[in-house]
Amino acid sequence: MFAQNISIAFEWLVFLGTAFVAIFASILMVTRKNPIHSALFLILTFLCTAVLFFLLQSPFIAIVQVLVYAGAIMMLIIFVIMLLDLEEELLIPLKISFSKTVGVFIVLLMMLGLFFAVWGGARGPSAGYTPEKVSHLGSVRVVGKLLFTDYLLPFEIISVLLIAAIVGAIVLAKQRPFEKE
Amino acid sequence: MTLPAIPSGAYLIVGAILFAIGAIGVLTRRNAIVVFMSVELMLNSVNISLITFSRFLNSIDGVLFVFFVMAVAAAEAAVGLAIFVQLYRTQKTIHVDEVRLMKW
Repeated sequence: MFAQNISIAFEWLVFLGTAFVAIFASILMVTRKNPIHSALFLILTFLCTAVLFFLLQSPFIAIVQVLVYAGAIMMLIIFVIMLLDLEEELLIPLKISFSKTVGVFIVLLMMLGLFFAVWGGARGPSAGYTPEKVSHLGSVRVVGKLLFTDYLLPFEIISVLLIAAIVGAIVLAKQRPFEKE
Repeated sequence: MTLPAIPSGAYLIVGAILFAIGAIGVLTRRNAIVVFMSVELMLNSVNISLITFSRFLNSIDGVLFVFFVMAVAAAEAAVGLAIFVQLYRTQKTIHVDEVRLMKW
């Protein structure tokens, strides 16, 4: 009993810590003026989200989160920020206009609506994959098996989408000969 | 007496707060890269909700949805950042208020 209490208390502690750090870092991400600072705070938010995924017992998604989001995508964003010269951007003060105030108000209303919607927690019929069964089979093995059976068509479509994105990025970033125009 | 385990609502509320912060970032910031990062934050908060539902309803479909969302986010990042670089080359700015080429 006591050991169980200790483990649940530790879980609560980790959850509350990561949740507050994630929210605080994302608020800083939105309010910092320097894009590099925003990007670094966003990386902190993504790492906290990865810890939340571990708490939700999906280590595969947590690792993919660190590799793809915190690693690949944020590296790309920081690379582009450093590629562009945004010095004069820092001198412009943040303007507070009427439309922005209205937008923030509507978003806060939407947040209240979301709170109301999720108040009772997750409800619905339970599927067969209990945590014990998944951990017994191995999380990655279960995901891989479903990916190549039930979700085969979306998987193939995603591969086509990624190839299209690579080709599109190369075509966009290619230096155009402007003299020809 | 035993402590209660973390309820699913707690995770969903964290996801909702992060989504709202991302939406505020999209609406108030005018630097295209920061707007893009806010969109990534919104995608990420939706991932938290999907994983929560998948965990508490004993289903594995949410994990696969998150997998696909991450693949789409990676594709979006590649194309979006290429567009920003091209935009900066031609317009010398990535301030979204000053780019109105496709506005009629």
